[in-house]
Amino acid sequence: MNLTRYQRPDLGWAGFGRLSSLRDELDRLFESPWTELARTSQLLSGWSPALDVHEDKDNFVVQAELPGMKREDIDVSLQDGALSISGERKVEKKYEEAEIYRTERFFGKFQRTVTLPTPVAADKVKAQYKDGVLTITLPKTEAAKPKQIDVNVN
Amino acid sequence: MKTIVQAEPKAAAERTEHQEFVVPVVNIFETGDGYALEAEMPGVRKDGLEITLEGNEITIIGRRATEPVTGELLFRERSAADYRRVFELDPAIDTSKISAKMEQGMLTLALPKSEQVKPRKITVSD
Repeated sequence: MNLTRYQRPDLGWAGFGRLSSLRDELDRLFESPWTELARTSQLLSGWSPALDVHEDKDNFVVQAELPGMKREDIDVSLQDGALSISGERKVEKKYEEAEIYRTERFFGKFQRTVTLPTPVAADKVKAQYKDGVLTITLPKTEAAKPKQIDVNVN
Repeated sequence: MKTIVQAEPKAAAERTEHQEFVVPVVNIFETGDGYALEAEMPGVRKDGLEITLEGNEITIIGRRATEPVTGELLFRERSAADYRRVFELDPAIDTSKISAKMEQGMLTLALPKSEQVKPRKITVSD
């Protein structure tokens, strides 16, 4: 049997190599688009669908990306001026026996909450689920709408 | 190694440089009959899909049918870019029998294997 002397890895270089690749990873992470970042945070905390929030003078519009769900598996609720979108994406049974090549999609429960900056008329909130995008329109209460006041200057 | 619906070939990645796309997340399963590929493309309708086959490379493009929302953007996480992803197909797939379905922003591709490669039982004669 041959005995070869154990050679310690050159820590200086190895360390450097590892550090720089970590740095590259970080750089790549920060260069990548928002969705990538959102996905990275999903890895840490289950999954959370991506949201957009728009505001005009009458409404808030919240849009959430929820591809491949069933309407009945999505819950939308409004409480104390906070809109909550929750639900569960169930694992499909039909592929239970199949061999898996890639699983990038997220399954399980999710919840997102958006606190609205001004009061909304809870009874007039509308939600629509189309093409995998949930759109919720929340009309502002009359009191919350911006008003124009005419000032007469004499 | 078995070739499957695999990662994006290099040449295809280079072609995307001039236009910005997001990569849809996918799940890929293999059953005895073939493969099933599910790609998440929220905001894409059936008519926004472009699926092209070139040799044993399949390209999936999904163009968003975004209805513009008026008003000020308070919070943004969604991308406006279209989706694109290229897969190399297992030669066992019968490319003439590929079918696609689009449901609530999720594309499901059925990629059946050709009859010759499907597992089958051989009866032993006396």
